[in-house]
Amino acid sequence: MVALQLQSVGAYHGRKLFVEDVTTPTIRSGEVVAVIGPNAAGKSTLFKRITGLLKGPGDVVVEGSKAKNAISYMPQDTSANAVLTVYESILLARKQGQSWAVSDQDLRFIDEIMKALNITSIAFRDLGALSGGQRQLVSIAQALVREPEIMLMDEPTSALDLHRQVEVLDFMRRQARTKGMIVLIAIHDLNQALRFADKVLIIENGRMRACGNPREVVTVEMLRDVYKIHARIEKCSMDHDHVIVDGTAH
Amino acid sequence: MAEIAATSIEAGAGRARYRALARRKLVILIVMTAALCLSFAVDLAWGPARYSLGEVVSALLDPQSVSAQVRAVVWDIRMPVAVMAIVVGAALSVAGAQMQTILANPLASPFTLGISAAASFGAALAIVTSVPLLPVAASMLVPINAFIMALIATLFIHFISQMRGVTVQTVVLLGIALVFTFNALLAFLQYLASEQALSAVVFWTMGSLTKATWPKIWMTLAVLLIALPLFARNAWALTAIRLGEDKAASFGVNVRRIRLETMLIISLLAAVPVSFVGTIGFVGLVGPHIARMILGEDQRFFLPGSILSGALLLSLTSIVSKSIIPGVVFPIGIITALVGVPFFFSLILSNRSRSW
Repeated sequence: MVALQLQSVGAYHGRKLFVEDVTTPTIRSGEVVAVIGPNAAGKSTLFKRITGLLKGPGDVVVEGSKAKNAISYMPQDTSANAVLTVYESILLARKQGQSWAVSDQDLRFIDEIMKALNITSIAFRDLGALSGGQRQLVSIAQALVREPEIMLMDEPTSALDLHRQVEVLDFMRRQARTKGMIVLIAIHDLNQALRFADKVLIIENGRMRACGNPREVVTVEMLRDVYKIHARIEKCSMDHDHVIVDGTAH
Repeated sequence: MAEIAATSIEAGAGRARYRALARRKLVILIVMTAALCLSFAVDLAWGPARYSLGEVVSALLDPQSVSAQVRAVVWDIRMPVAVMAIVVGAALSVAGAQMQTILANPLASPFTLGISAAASFGAALAIVTSVPLLPVAASMLVPINAFIMALIATLFIHFISQMRGVTVQTVVLLGIALVFTFNALLAFLQYLASEQALSAVVFWTMGSLTKATWPKIWMTLAVLLIALPLFARNAWALTAIRLGEDKAASFGVNVRRIRLETMLIISLLAAVPVSFVGTIGFVGLVGPHIARMILGEDQRFFLPGSILSGALLLSLTSIVSKSIIPGVVFPIGIITALVGVPFFFSLILSNRSRSW
């Protein structure tokens, strides 16, 4: 059982401290955390800091990890046009740091992930021939195939249609539950965050505004202060909280 | 979601198809190797002195069975040139392939980024002024000067490309600026040069395999043999870099370290052959593109593919250079440009979906 906690975490972008003083409660195996906040608030920077790609003050405490690739990060940019098939690009993610030989076990695992994400039909298409949504799904497969215990997904559904968004988020929540994975998802759609996340972490201007139960932290006041909108929060037919935007607040 | 997927593909079909494609790529590599062997044989058999195939084969297998003249032509004249074509072609092509990989730029090659121009200037400096950039024996003055200038150009490009905010386009523009700068400096030296030195400089810059000697071959081969295991070790990481810096880093690749390591090796790979045989353009650009189009960019196939395509390209060009006018061997640098460019055009236009 893996656990993640951020203690006064900050991140440097160049010499500038872009994110500072992020302290979260302990996030446990099986939990999905939505990381929300306006554009350029520092969500991606925080993810890169947690992954170790950026340096900064504070501690990223990971407890109970047994995996070699404990943390897997799915970056936002999926635009690469390498002359590789989808299958090769996923294999590549799995084989980093290993020998040239590809075992049946590696390939079986890739087949399973591709099947679960419903992208087997594009397995042998070149990356350059994919749509934005397909690229995101491939990117998710690349992150999952590394069998992480903690998965950081930077806007994984921004190019997907509504049906696929629900499918992917539901799939990730099931992965978290069944494999004991911690999933952090940076997402702009607050309704999806309310629906799928166990916790919501709000970043504003490089600082954490709140982290906790979605119902407690996604409030009308927060929406007004952070997003500068007038909004209501009401229940939908499935008893999920829903943000209904009435207009911008100036 | 798994339920929806169940109808789209049978379990294991992806695995089987991947294995089949990998086998196909292996077959392509074997065919390329066979073609290279054939080209090498023709290169040995072909030349101003018309010997029969039987005589050439006898000279190779049993040198004592043929006349001293045949032996000398095959072993001392044709063999170094034919071997040098393969070694230089392979080295320049691999250098171009890895430059294109780590700079994420299809135009990157020792020729287009000004490394060859820098080497030419270094060589001209030695020929015209005899100014050594390192204290070395007079016989090695030209290649060493060329090497040092090529190394300086490569490292300059590398360090600029590492600077914050420098884009891929900037690096290419910088390379073009280097080409112009070194060409201008070269023209300056040519203007000052004596008639004899001028003709030596012009001949050097044309690039010619007739400068091949066994020590030069061994040195180029040694650099290649040092470079290849290092590239092979980083094969997965280098392929990942083609997916973008962030993506590669997210796979656990230390992008900075791999880039620095690769660029240092490339600087040797590009500089050594150019310093020995002069400017041979387009092999470093075209070789990797051919490999990429037929094998993709998985470095486990792309790396040997680039070696073979570059070697084959220069070996074939070596044959062409002897065939245009009977009895005349053209400098190979002229031929690579003349043959390489239209060939490159046709490849790109006929196979756009698999190009960069």
